[in-house]
Amino acid sequence: MTALCALFIRDLRLAVRVGGGALIGVLFFLVVVTLMPFAIGPDLGLLARMGPAILWLGALLASLLALDRLLATDHEDGSLDLILTARVPLELAVAVKALAHWLTTGLPLVVSSPLLGLLLNLEAKASGAVALTLLAGTPALTFIGLIGAALTVALRRGGLLLAILVLPLTIPVLIFGVAASNAAIAGPVPFGAPFGILCALTLISLVIGPIAAAVALRQGLE
Amino acid sequence: MSLIDLANPSRFLALTARALPWLAAATVLAFAIGITEVYFAPDDYQQGATVKIMFIHVPAAWLGVFAWIVMSAAALGTLVWRHPLADVAAKAAAPIGAAFTLMCLVTGSLWGRPMWGTYWVWDARLTSVLVLFLMYLGVIALWRTMDDPAQAARAAAVLTLVGAINIPIIKFSVDWWNTLHQPASVLRLGGSTIHPAILVPLIVMAVAFTLLFVTLHVAAMRNEIMRRRVRTLMMLQAGARMGP
Amino acid sequence: MRLRGSDLTCVRGGREVFRGLAFTVEAGEALVVTGPNGAGKSSLLRMVAGLVRPQQGQLELEDGDPELSISEHVHYLGHQDALKPSLSVRENLGFWAALLGGGGEKSEVALAAVGLAGLAPLPAIYLSAGQRRRLAVARLMAVERPIWLLDEPTSTLDAAAQTILADLMRAHLAGRGLILVASHGPIGLDGVKELRLGQQQSKQRTQPP
Repeated sequence: MTALCALFIRDLRLAVRVGGGALIGVLFFLVVVTLMPFAIGPDLGLLARMGPAILWLGALLASLLALDRLLATDHEDGSLDLILTARVPLELAVAVKALAHWLTTGLPLVVSSPLLGLLLNLEAKASGAVALTLLAGTPALTFIGLIGAALTVALRRGGLLLAILVLPLTIPVLIFGVAASNAAIAGPVPFGAPFGILCALTLISLVIGPIAAAVALRQGLE
Repeated sequence: MSLIDLANPSRFLALTARALPWLAAATVLAFAIGITEVYFAPDDYQQGATVKIMFIHVPAAWLGVFAWIVMSAAALGTLVWRHPLADVAAKAAAPIGAAFTLMCLVTGSLWGRPMWGTYWVWDARLTSVLVLFLMYLGVIALWRTMDDPAQAARAAAVLTLVGAINIPIIKFSVDWWNTLHQPASVLRLGGSTIHPAILVPLIVMAVAFTLLFVTLHVAAMRNEIMRRRVRTLMMLQAGARMGP
Repeated sequence: MRLRGSDLTCVRGGREVFRGLAFTVEAGEALVVTGPNGAGKSSLLRMVAGLVRPQQGQLELEDGDPELSISEHVHYLGHQDALKPSLSVRENLGFWAALLGGGGEKSEVALAAVGLAGLAPLPAIYLSAGQRRRLAVARLMAVERPIWLLDEPTSTLDAAAQTILADLMRAHLAGRGLILVASHGPIGLDGVKELRLGQQQSKQRTQPP
């Protein structure tokens, strides 16, 4: 337990100290959301209708951006070798790393989403709904991304491949995240149904992500 | 005092240590006069008292642009003369410029709420300022990600100069994009002619904001020089004979 | 405690590195693995550490903790120092001590032993290559583990640090520990067993005894 705590605290420390990695994710989110109106026009009504989708896509891309660093830095400097010799299950070790990663990259996206909602003319209720669905859904993005990070860990240019591997896997999360947000804003589907499925997807990925990532890492050992 | 004297970091520290209290005092004085003037300035017949947000909004916008000009000048100093003080000036200006730009955005948004009924409209001016803000954040992120200050300075200098060329182009494009979608119904901030009763406090506030920028910039440059000295000391410590 | 490998075959990147390799290390013994580049010294150590899967053959640990795998018994000191530049010297060592299962209390002693006590609060980015290596060596002391796997441990270490490392190894052997060292040069220990890797030697070992 102390071992996992130490890993958790170290990853948080690294995230806070190294060049404000979390803030770069938020910045990317902001840039993506800012670009949207240039492409679809400044019509506030249209932006408000598309708002949840834009925010979800932005958050999805932003959380993907930092994923390739999740395991790759530890692989490059030899830390991963030592983590493998620690007396903790690899599944738990990578789960702890993913949790720290979500806290430092996913949570800032959730927190900043209402502010970006203002840019898209979302009402308070709609912004709240999007933030809530992001809170429930972004852990799934991180833990699904964990699998991709483990698969591409040894590749020098893994980042792009990672995106290709992970994006299709995140489609269900995107579908139910946006559906739940829209249900909360306009109906006619009740909010609870898609939101419940979104939560279930997150819970499943919390289990499958670390297990698959640990298998991938062990297989990668040649 | 010549420019050469100032260019030595130690001289810079010594001189600014004496100048900084005066600068701060001048800033406070200018703000005192400016805020009094603003208080007695007439309300707009349409907008009421909300028009007074302008006295913060417009100077903040001006300084958001001015800080980039300062950074561009410093960037030239970095690239042409390779002078460390130019690096320091550029690095110190970025967060201050970003803060003023953010202030412009927030006040614009608060002003827009009663005018447009919403906090944000993709108005050409506000949007341009938002893009400027993003550019600032990009420069700051670049500074923060690189460990070696001299290397970071050159990279940031290139980005700053590219930005200096591109920002007018972005501004033009955004204007074009905006008029394409929203014909002429946009609120024109300030209008074509400004009444002297408004113009005078506006100028005083602009002077006060500029003084504030200079004060903050000098203080931030001092901090940055100190930070670099701490860094050098740490490197010396690691290189020196190791402890028992 | 005894570590025994038998009939080990290693294939990396489609190339057979060694075949039919056998070795035994007893408690209190050091085994120096030598051989030309590409003979598989690093691969053998990584195999014992559980970082490379043997294509064939077995690794056995007698009298170890039955609850733990072999890789959970080892200290692996590889080519990389596994340090984070933005963490301080103390934080780096403290983290590995906590993760690998030692208390924090021996970390300070270990830092002093490798001559880094004065630099404890300094971020690791300011360390030289040799200092980074010393910090990695401090890990061996901060956490007690019976099997040490040292891959070229003396590279980048100066003479003083090599002496420190040799003393550490002697103390470890005296405490009934096991050491496997991959090295090109002398490691400052007397009376160690040598395992020569290379094509001819490994072919000889494939023949039944």
